[in-house]
Amino acid sequence: MSDKQKKASAYWRENVRYLFILLAIWFAVSYGAGILFKDNLDEIKIGGFKLGFWFAQQGSIYVFVVLIFVYVRLMNKLDKKYGYNE
Amino acid sequence: MTVQTWTYILVGITFALYIGIAIWSRAGSTKEFYVAGGGVSPLANGMATAADWMSAASFISMAGIISFAGYDGSVYLMGWTGGYVLLALLLAPYLRKFGKFTVPDFIGDRYYSNSARMVAVFCALLVSFAYVAGQMRGVGLVFSRFLEVDINTGVVIGMVIVLFYAVLGGMKGITYTQVAQYCVLIFAFMVPAIFISIQMTGNPIPQLGMGSTVNDGSGMYLLDKLDGLSTALGFNEYTNGSKSTIDVFAITMALMVGTAGLPHVIVRFFTVKRVKDARKSAGLALLLIAILYTAAPAVAVFARTNMINTVSNREYADMPDWFTKWEKTKLIKFDDKNGDGKIQYVADKAKNELTVDNDIMVLANPEIANLPAWVIALVAAGALAAALSTAAGLLLVISASVSHDLIKKVFNPGISEKGELWAARGAATVAVVIAGYFGINPPGFVAAVVALAFGLAAASFFPAIVLGIFYKKMNKEGAITGMVVGISLMIFYILKFKFGVFDGGKGAVAGLTKDWWFGISPEGFGTIAMIVNFVVSIMVMQFTPSPPEKVQEIVEDIRIPSGVGEAVDH
Repeated sequence: MSDKQKKASAYWRENVRYLFILLAIWFAVSYGAGILFKDNLDEIKIGGFKLGFWFAQQGSIYVFVVLIFVYVRLMNKLDKKYGYNE
Repeated sequence: MTVQTWTYILVGITFALYIGIAIWSRAGSTKEFYVAGGGVSPLANGMATAADWMSAASFISMAGIISFAGYDGSVYLMGWTGGYVLLALLLAPYLRKFGKFTVPDFIGDRYYSNSARMVAVFCALLVSFAYVAGQMRGVGLVFSRFLEVDINTGVVIGMVIVLFYAVLGGMKGITYTQVAQYCVLIFAFMVPAIFISIQMTGNPIPQLGMGSTVNDGSGMYLLDKLDGLSTALGFNEYTNGSKSTIDVFAITMALMVGTAGLPHVIVRFFTVKRVKDARKSAGLALLLIAILYTAAPAVAVFARTNMINTVSNREYADMPDWFTKWEKTKLIKFDDKNGDGKIQYVADKAKNELTVDNDIMVLANPEIANLPAWVIALVAAGALAAALSTAAGLLLVISASVSHDLIKKVFNPGISEKGELWAARGAATVAVVIAGYFGINPPGFVAAVVALAFGLAAASFFPAIVLGIFYKKMNKEGAITGMVVGISLMIFYILKFKFGVFDGGKGAVAGLTKDWWFGISPEGFGTIAMIVNFVVSIMVMQFTPSPPEKVQEIVEDIRIPSGVGEAVDH
């Protein structure tokens, strides 16, 4: 394997690791907090919101937005590290 | 000034604006027609994507559906936003690096096969036509109620406008009109939401107002009050659903994956300059979408509470002006079953006297809350912006599928640039006429198919694209079989459980719910069809030859963000 290919596959591995972490959070806030554990979280109330209901109708969406911007930052840094930025 | 005068003024101004932009941004080349020249800024693309995505369904129907479904409506909120995370992380950057014009382009090249391309074209056309007919219907609805023209005239006016800027400007014209349409629609959605939030809770931010106390001095939280009102009338608690957990899970997943697989959304990411711009514009698009999507559940709560308070057990004769106006469109129906002259609005079907269509909650909300005439007119202009922007995006996919993927790539590769541009314009014109026809004569199945377009996209495109990027060894045999099996299974399930085709027609549908596979409704079945697509693709791949070296090199190349060419013809 040439150096160029080694660099490319190292970059790809780090990229995929980020994807796993971010998608785990994506799954946890929507399917976890908003659906599977909704009833348990509903025991907790914040203001007028039951927590599980809040995650399903508000919270998960806020987290989604943050996730994409975190991804953008991480990838911009990663591109720089491997010299793929332009 | 009356609502109608205001509506004429606001709709007139916004339409003039869209036409002005279209003339200013005419497309001169196929590249401008398909991908707006490839130099759109991330912010402009984010706004255009948001408008492209938020259709008549998001603007008009969604808050209304949630308002009647309560917690069960969450599937739309999470499903139609969470898909952007998948799009940003798994698809957009790599497809931009790949740098072609359409989704079938990617499928055809990555799977080195015109059969794969044709399957993709078929799926793209099926999904887009189903969707665009729904938009035209939305346009007609707004015209008929607010400008009091005939619903068919409304559809025709909408067709002419879309035709004008989609055919003239292609993707370039569509992009910049969508930027303007985003501004119109978000303003139109938020202004009444803020007004009503202040009115009901004293909190100007609807997202927070939803969780605040009611403004009537009782100190009761709004959601608790609504739970109480709902149960008193025999409905479910608003904050608890009636769907099974597995069905909610499956529908949310199908909507998320379907969103990420919709061709008119994916192509937007071909229009930016660099890979990092594609990532950033996905983030911006979701941020701009989230403004409406987090306000919608609040609007749903306000509208539901207001409606119950206005109609429940009140004299029919005392109903306000808006009630009778909507009755004329047959979207509100009152049938005084016990003849006491009062409106009984209850869960029990035998006693309930009032049916309210989902679609009017957002449109009627400002009137129910007694907001000024210009706010009501603004909502009409916003609904039109939402429907037109999505219709235009879909028409572009249809026209590019025909002129680029079919004519240029399969039937007549020697066609000149100019000829292809005219073919694209011709295809767009034909598509508008067909869409308009379905808008005027909606076959009973349009609404059902729009909802299922996501299942179809999830069952076909998503696995093929993801495997194409993340699984270098995936070959054409695997991908084609996967797509065909996935979409066929999805269509079969829709025919069986949505139309009762195999069990004696529509009447049988209600009785079939107990036979749903794994208890999953047709709306959520896209999840199963997607999984089947993945499994079939990978299994078939094991027994068939690996893709050629050259294709594997392409896959390695699209994983690296640098060295991106502009979207090129090839």
